[in-house]
Amino acid sequence: MTAPPSLLVEDLAYAYPDGHQALYGVDLRIERGERVALLGPNGAGKTTLVLHLNGILRAGRGRVTVGGLPVDKPALQEIRRRVGIVFQDPDDQLFMPTVGEDVAFGPRNLGLPEAEIAARVAEALEQVGMSGYENRPPHHLSFGQRRRVAVATVLSMHPEILVLDEPSSNLDPAGRRELAEVLQALPVTLLMVTHDLPYALQLCPRSVILDEGVVVADGATRELLANPDLLSRHRLELPYGFDVSRT
Amino acid sequence: MGAAHGGALAARYLAGTSPVHRLEPHLKVVSVLAFALVVVATPVHAPWAPLAYAGHLVAVLSVAAIAGVDPGRLVRGLVVEIPFVGFALLMPFVAPGPRVEVLGLSLSQSGLAAGGGLLAKATLSVLAATILAATTEPRELLRGLERLRLPQVLVQILMFMIRYADVVGGELHRMRVARESRGFRGGRVSALRVLGPATGSLFVRCFERGERVHLAMLSRGYTGRLPAGPAAAVGGRSWAVALALPAVAGVVLLSGFVLG
Repeated sequence: MTAPPSLLVEDLAYAYPDGHQALYGVDLRIERGERVALLGPNGAGKTTLVLHLNGILRAGRGRVTVGGLPVDKPALQEIRRRVGIVFQDPDDQLFMPTVGEDVAFGPRNLGLPEAEIAARVAEALEQVGMSGYENRPPHHLSFGQRRRVAVATVLSMHPEILVLDEPSSNLDPAGRRELAEVLQALPVTLLMVTHDLPYALQLCPRSVILDEGVVVADGATRELLANPDLLSRHRLELPYGFDVSRT
Repeated sequence: MGAAHGGALAARYLAGTSPVHRLEPHLKVVSVLAFALVVVATPVHAPWAPLAYAGHLVAVLSVAAIAGVDPGRLVRGLVVEIPFVGFALLMPFVAPGPRVEVLGLSLSQSGLAAGGGLLAKATLSVLAATILAATTEPRELLRGLERLRLPQVLVQILMFMIRYADVVGGELHRMRVARESRGFRGGRVSALRVLGPATGSLFVRCFERGERVHLAMLSRGYTGRLPAGPAAAVGGRSWAVALALPAVAGVVLLSGFVLG
C-alpha cells in the first residue's frame, strides 16, 4: 500500500461570514517529500487556503486531508501537529519570553515528556542553525534569525507538512540566502506561499498558481515561470533582468 | 545578557549572583508579602513604633546590601510612592484631636502619627518590592506568580505585556517619526486632534496583532493553557533564607509588644 499524500485538498470552497467568497473549489494534491510553491497575487485566496489546512477556517464545501487524516473537529490537535504553519511576521509567531520556550510551546501542548521536549528543541534549533540561542528573548535577534526560529517552532512538532507564508518577505539578501539554505536541508514536505518567484524557482520544483479562488496552473516551476503570458494574466512578474533559462 | 529579558520592562533588573538573586522567585514574592504584612501590623500609635520601624528599615536595607542593590536604585524605586507622600503630608493638617505647635503650624497629634506611619509603611514595603524587582527577571517573577497559583489568564496577560512592550513601543516610535517627518509638532493643545486618532490606530494595530498571535498559538495546538516547563522542587533551606526577612521583622514587632 502506498503512503497517503501529505496534503489532499478536494473541491474546497469558502466564503467569509461577510459574504465575500475567497475560494471557489480548490483541488491540490501534494505527495510526501514534495516541495511546492503556491503563487498568486494579493487577494487570490492564498492565506485563506492556508488557514484551512490546519482547521482554523472550516470548509464551506469540499474537504482537506493531511496524511490520510481528514481535517475535522475530533482530530484537530493531531492535525495541528501535522501541519506546521510559519506565519509571515515572526513577532506574531514568537510570543513566548525566550526562544527555547517558544520552540517548546508546540511539543508541550502535545503533552510530550520533558526529556523528549528538550531533545526536540535542541534538534529543531540545530536544523535552523540557531543552537545556543535557547535563553535569548526573541526581540534581541535579527529579523532573519527570528524567522528561522519561527521555522524551528513548528519543526519541533515533527510536522507532516511545513507551510510557509511569504518566507522571504522583509529579509535582507544574506538572510534570504541563509533561510534558503536551511529550507533546502530540511527533510520535509513543503508548501511555500509566496510571490517571490526566484525564491520559488530556487526551492520548489513544482508550483501552483492560485487566482480568484481557483487553481489556474499547476506544473513545473521552471515551465510556469517561462510563460510570461500566464504570469501577467495573474499579476505575477519576474524581477527586472531575471532570466529563467539562465538559472 | 540576562538583563535583556523583557526589553524595556526589564531595565529594572540588575544582573547578579547574590543569594537573593538565586532564591526561587515564588519564595521571594512570599517573603515580600509577609514582610509587608508584618510592617502593616506594626501599630502606629504605640510609643515604640518609631523604633520598630527603624528595626524593619535596618532589616530591609541589610537585604539590599546582600543583594548588591545600590542606594540610588532604591531611591528611584521609591518614586512610585509619591502620591502617598502627598496624602501623608496632608494628614497632620486635616486630622482632628489634640494639636501641637510645630514651627508655628498647628498640627494634629494623631494626624502626625498616622501620616508618619503611612509614610513608613509605604516606604518599607516599596523598598522590599524594589529589591524583588531588582533581583528577579520579569519572566522569573511570572513563573513565581504562576507557582503561587495566580490565575493563568493574569499570568498570560502579564507575559504578553512583557513580550510585546518593545514591539508596541517600536510601532509607537515609527508612528511618531512618520508624523514628525511631515512637519508635525507636538506639545500644543491643537496637537491632541492628531494624537487622539493616532492612539486609536495604535490600539487597532495592537488588537489585530493580538488576533494574529492567537492564530499562531492555535496553529501550534494551544488549548487555553500555557504549558509550563518543569518546576524544580524547593528545599527547606530556600524557605529558611526566603523567610529570614519577614522573620526578623516579626521579631522586631514582637519585642515591641513584649518590651514596650
